[in-house]
Amino acid sequence: MNHVRVQEAAFDAGAEIAALTAGRRDVGAVATFLGVVRDRNDGDAVGRMTLEHYPGMTERHLEAICAEASARWSLLDTLVIHRVGLVLPGDPIVLVAAWSAHRAEAFTACRQIMEDLKSRAPFWKKETTTDGERWVARNTSGAVREAGQDE
Amino acid sequence: MASVLYFASLRERLGVSRETVALPVADATVATLVSALQERGGAWEDAFRPGAVWRVAVNQQMASTDTPVGPEDEVAFFPPVTGG
Repeated sequence: MNHVRVQEAAFDAGAEIAALTAGRRDVGAVATFLGVVRDRNDGDAVGRMTLEHYPGMTERHLEAICAEASARWSLLDTLVIHRVGLVLPGDPIVLVAAWSAHRAEAFTACRQIMEDLKSRAPFWKKETTTDGERWVARNTSGAVREAGQDE
Repeated sequence: MASVLYFASLRERLGVSRETVALPVADATVATLVSALQERGGAWEDAFRPGAVWRVAVNQQMASTDTPVGPEDEVAFFPPVTGG
């Protein structure tokens, strides 16, 4: 099953994972991703962030992204929880998780869902820096950087 | 009258989050709607000028300038998405 929630309230990632894992005999692997608000972006200190979404479309697109992953790989469950409204540095923003019998599918699905969310899901971030408010114009790259490479 | 929504920085530039718009022709598309919005001038003309970067959804599905728009439809204009 695909589980999608968009909410203003903070979530407890551990509790959410446990709720879908506890007592299962079929799950061999749970891959998870937690996105957290940093206190810097584009060289500037960020004090707070506000996330806007398109009620209805955002949830539908997240469900479609999870459904695509479930159709493509052998998964038992997927979960996406994404906060909207005000978030502060250190706050978890998004949780993505995939349950499978085996680790390969779980890892791959978790990553793919997160990359699809970044490129397709209707959310818009507004940061508050010392110079005022600004909308984030583009996503950071999903490419892996080796240690020592510039950010 | 189609429902038209605006999000994020686009909403702030235009000063409108939601409105109903009379479609200019019977077989309107996103492109004909955008032309009608540009005719308002000012921030509208600027936001939808050639080369401006925006995205559009019709009835909560991603759309393009060719997508037909009817009087019962919901159209949304927004900047590229930045979630996650």
